[in-house]
Amino acid sequence: MDKYEVKAMILTGITLAIFLVAILRSIFTYATGIPECIPYDESFTEPRVEKLDDNVYQIFALAQMWSFEPHEIRLPVGAEVDIYLTSKDVVHGLNIADLSLNMMAVPGGVNKETVTFKKPGVYKVVCHEYCGSGHQHMMGEIIVNYPNR
Amino acid sequence: MRKIYLSKTEKALTYTLLCIPLALLTLGIYHGLMQTLYRSGMISQTSFAALEYYQGLTLHGVINALVLTTFFAVAFGHVCMRYYTGYKLNMTTAWISAGMMIAGTVLAAVMILSGNASVLYTFYAPMKAHPLHYIGNVLLITGSWVAFFGWIGMYRKWRREHKGERIHLAVVATMANFIMWFVCSIAVVYSLLFLLLPWSMGLTPTVNVPMTRTLFWFFGHALVYFWLLPVYLMYYVMLPTLAGGKLYSDNAGKFVFFLFLVFSIPVGTHHQFAEPTITQGVKYFQSILTYGVALPSFITAFTLAASLEYAAWRKGHRSKNPFSWMTKLPFFEKDRYLFSYLICGLIIFIIGGLTGMINASYVLSSLVHNTAFLPGHFHMTVAGPVFLGILGMSLYLLERLSGKEIRLKRINNAIPYLWTIGMFIFSAGLMVGGFRGEPRRTNMGISYMDPDSPLYRPDWVWTTGTTVIGGVILFAAAGLFFIVLLDLLFAKKSKESYLSFPTYDTVHKEKVIPFLNSFKPWIIIMLALIMVAYVPAILNVLEFTGREAPPYEPQNPNPIELYQPEAGTDVGDAETYKLDQNE
Repeated sequence: MDKYEVKAMILTGITLAIFLVAILRSIFTYATGIPECIPYDESFTEPRVEKLDDNVYQIFALAQMWSFEPHEIRLPVGAEVDIYLTSKDVVHGLNIADLSLNMMAVPGGVNKETVTFKKPGVYKVVCHEYCGSGHQHMMGEIIVNYPNR
Repeated sequence: MRKIYLSKTEKALTYTLLCIPLALLTLGIYHGLMQTLYRSGMISQTSFAALEYYQGLTLHGVINALVLTTFFAVAFGHVCMRYYTGYKLNMTTAWISAGMMIAGTVLAAVMILSGNASVLYTFYAPMKAHPLHYIGNVLLITGSWVAFFGWIGMYRKWRREHKGERIHLAVVATMANFIMWFVCSIAVVYSLLFLLLPWSMGLTPTVNVPMTRTLFWFFGHALVYFWLLPVYLMYYVMLPTLAGGKLYSDNAGKFVFFLFLVFSIPVGTHHQFAEPTITQGVKYFQSILTYGVALPSFITAFTLAASLEYAAWRKGHRSKNPFSWMTKLPFFEKDRYLFSYLICGLIIFIIGGLTGMINASYVLSSLVHNTAFLPGHFHMTVAGPVFLGILGMSLYLLERLSGKEIRLKRINNAIPYLWTIGMFIFSAGLMVGGFRGEPRRTNMGISYMDPDSPLYRPDWVWTTGTTVIGGVILFAAAGLFFIVLLDLLFAKKSKESYLSFPTYDTVHKEKVIPFLNSFKPWIIIMLALIMVAYVPAILNVLEFTGREAPPYEPQNPNPIELYQPEAGTDVGDAETYKLDQNE
């Protein structure tokens, strides 16, 4: 091993260490993570929105060929939402690009993620996993801060 | 360069394995261009010229990523084992293997083209393909195993006759790649034969979807290294000599291939970060292991850069500027086209590798998972170094084995550069689109890119437009390649037919390190690591999966009723219901 190789190894080690620290920091400081998995239960296949508190909601989302149920959800600004997701038929995806929310809907499994809708607006929910010939039409909406409410 | 002469049947085998996938590649390339047109909305319909979007997408994936790469890995493995051990190939296993792979490819291709297998190359259940599609894939994969079994005999014979000698780096690379391939593909063959096949034939009612996905990704991530390692072999063994230099370190090269053997498989769940049924702990552990795979790539970046810089210095380059050596390499020498193909692949791979680190990251994954960023990334790996390496090496081998000479030399040397330009434009469009939420694997032309649709997304117009520009350039480069190839095949024989590879010398005199001269310790580490990473993952899947799924067709939201319980054993609800109706 010559001196250049040793230097390159040290640099590599530092680079990988920076990546590792960055990942750990984003997990623990900013609490950005990946979905949790929840034990399966039939009740998750009934699409509904439940209000737990002023600003705390639970969305039980069901992906099916080719729509999200509930199809249109209205929430106030600042709503903290637990999203539970499963699929009725084939594999689907759920992506809200504005929130970096990214979940898969897999038949037989229940996915959970917690998000906060800080800004008003219309959040487009796009299916990003191929789910058959109608896949490109599968989109839902979450409308945050609708008027008169 | 040492020359060897192949027997007639060895040559016929190599031609077969190289030319069949290249012929199919025309279809794969065609639908590559078509996809950019569909996705940008230039084609706003479900099918074009009798090929449906998702059918074509399946074709594009299966041919380019599975058929071409597997055939090439086997063909290149054959000639490397033949050249670097010096022993004749075991033609029985070689032809059985070729026969199985061809039969499998034909089955899968017929099923896709007849519209019975629009399930994408990931064959995601519970979307069901025709049983013959699954059998075709199994034949293709197990066929490649048979070729590998033939090489094991050659390897053992070499070890017996050369006790204590240094194994050639090319042999280590080929064997390491196929050991890894064999182990990872056991999972997918099991999933295809024992879970998906009986289910698609109606012998079992349902299938455990998370299990098939987990087994697929056990195989799916190692698959990308299976594509990559033959090209890594070219980078280590051939590129330094092609550049006019020497390999910086042979032991570093071996260490790299052994690390790939160890780390390729136990990282697969980083493709499943967004999925249920696997707990966060398992995902996090495999995410860390994924950064273990970055290690061999960092070593490679250093060793190759050092080898190329050495080549520049040998050519009389003297400068204080630490980067100016990069301009002194033989980029535009028309007789050294293999260098151009390899170096272009390497340049693309710099971005391809770095974006891979983003995907594998536990937290950034939620930004990019299943968006257009992903195809943006992997086109810079599989359609960068891998594809260019395969094209360049196929021409190189065909030229030598046939005794013919490429006549369109300048065009040939320009192809990889044109491809590189196209790839950077194309991938930039995909990756920026991905950050804006464009989904991958989606026929966006009839919804998101249609101004009359309520789903219209104007913010995706220019990114998909960029991919069209890139796609057209890529298509042109591929077209030129086929012109060069056909011209070569129809040329007259002008030289003797032989095989030789530009093989490296090392800069340093290195000792034989026993640990780097044997597969045993590495195979043990690999198996142990797989156990640690995948036993918890499989247990998770078994614990958290609440129900299994019946088969579905892509066109129909209702399940297909394939499964018929045998009469008399079990009277199902459906039958009692029918009786009631009659009364």
